[in-house]
Amino acid sequence: MTYDVVFVVASALAILSALGVVLSANPFHSALSLIGNLVSLAAMYLLLQSDFVAAAQVIVYAGAVMIMFLFVIAYLGGRAEEPVRSRPWYQTVGAIIAAVAIVAEVGFAVEEQAFGNGASVSEAFGAPQLIGASFLGRYVLTFEATSVLLLIAAVGGVTLAARRPAPREEGAIGAFEIQRPVTSISLQADVVDAETRFDVVRTGPARDEDGEG
Amino acid sequence: MHVGVAWFLGVSAVLFGIGLYGVFTRRSPIILLLSVEIMLNASNLALISAARYSGQQAGQVFALVVMAVAASEVGVGLGLVVAMARRRADLDVDSLTGLRN
Repeated sequence: MTYDVVFVVASALAILSALGVVLSANPFHSALSLIGNLVSLAAMYLLLQSDFVAAAQVIVYAGAVMIMFLFVIAYLGGRAEEPVRSRPWYQTVGAIIAAVAIVAEVGFAVEEQAFGNGASVSEAFGAPQLIGASFLGRYVLTFEATSVLLLIAAVGGVTLAARRPAPREEGAIGAFEIQRPVTSISLQADVVDAETRFDVVRTGPARDEDGEG
Repeated sequence: MHVGVAWFLGVSAVLFGIGLYGVFTRRSPIILLLSVEIMLNASNLALISAARYSGQQAGQVFALVVMAVAASEVGVGLGLVVAMARRRADLDVDSLTGLRN
């Protein structure tokens, strides 16, 4: 009985928060709704005796990934808002048709099937020990491929988002603010001094007025 | 009412449909990525309910792999969004038509 109640509440929350993600105009609200969706799904994973996956869902998704989303949304500020333009009507109609089609398809497929009660599993099903044994045993190749994928994605994300050096004037400082050699500052100051008459503070190596150094 | 695997699969299908609707209708690349996350989570729910139904660990292992793939996708996708913003491009996926011709 408790099981049914938890299922109904969690699935209702998951569906409502997913609708909130898709329908809300503010991207910040969308991201927060997605956190609610992920937590509801974690509750459903617990109902399915997948303790480790539920924990990973909360820590990895609702924690790390969503923080990344919120950072980017905050970085973009007002530009993250949806551009207001009238979208073609067939786009919305096609979206509704596709969404209803996938739900109907799964609905019919599930309806056809006479599901039993499912396999009876021990208490340890879904425990971290067994997941770890699977990852390092039978699925070790998957595990390694996933780690390589994560590495590539991390490098790719940094490469894509990195600031590129813009075309710039001769002698300007590059993208990463490398400190200019002190002598060149004093040389420039020598040139500027004649016209501006500002005090020139020499910070570089001392040079004689005659140029003999 | 007995909540069996069919109910979980139904919820998973509904979530997938909602995510699909979002991908089709929204223009902002951030909302698109969020909608794709919903779809990936829906498939995860189906995988995990199938794992519980069949009593095998493989579904959970695969769900964890899907999570890692989703994290990679978010990293690259948000990198693209930031690059678009840097280049002063309109944050609108319909305006990215440079490869059309």
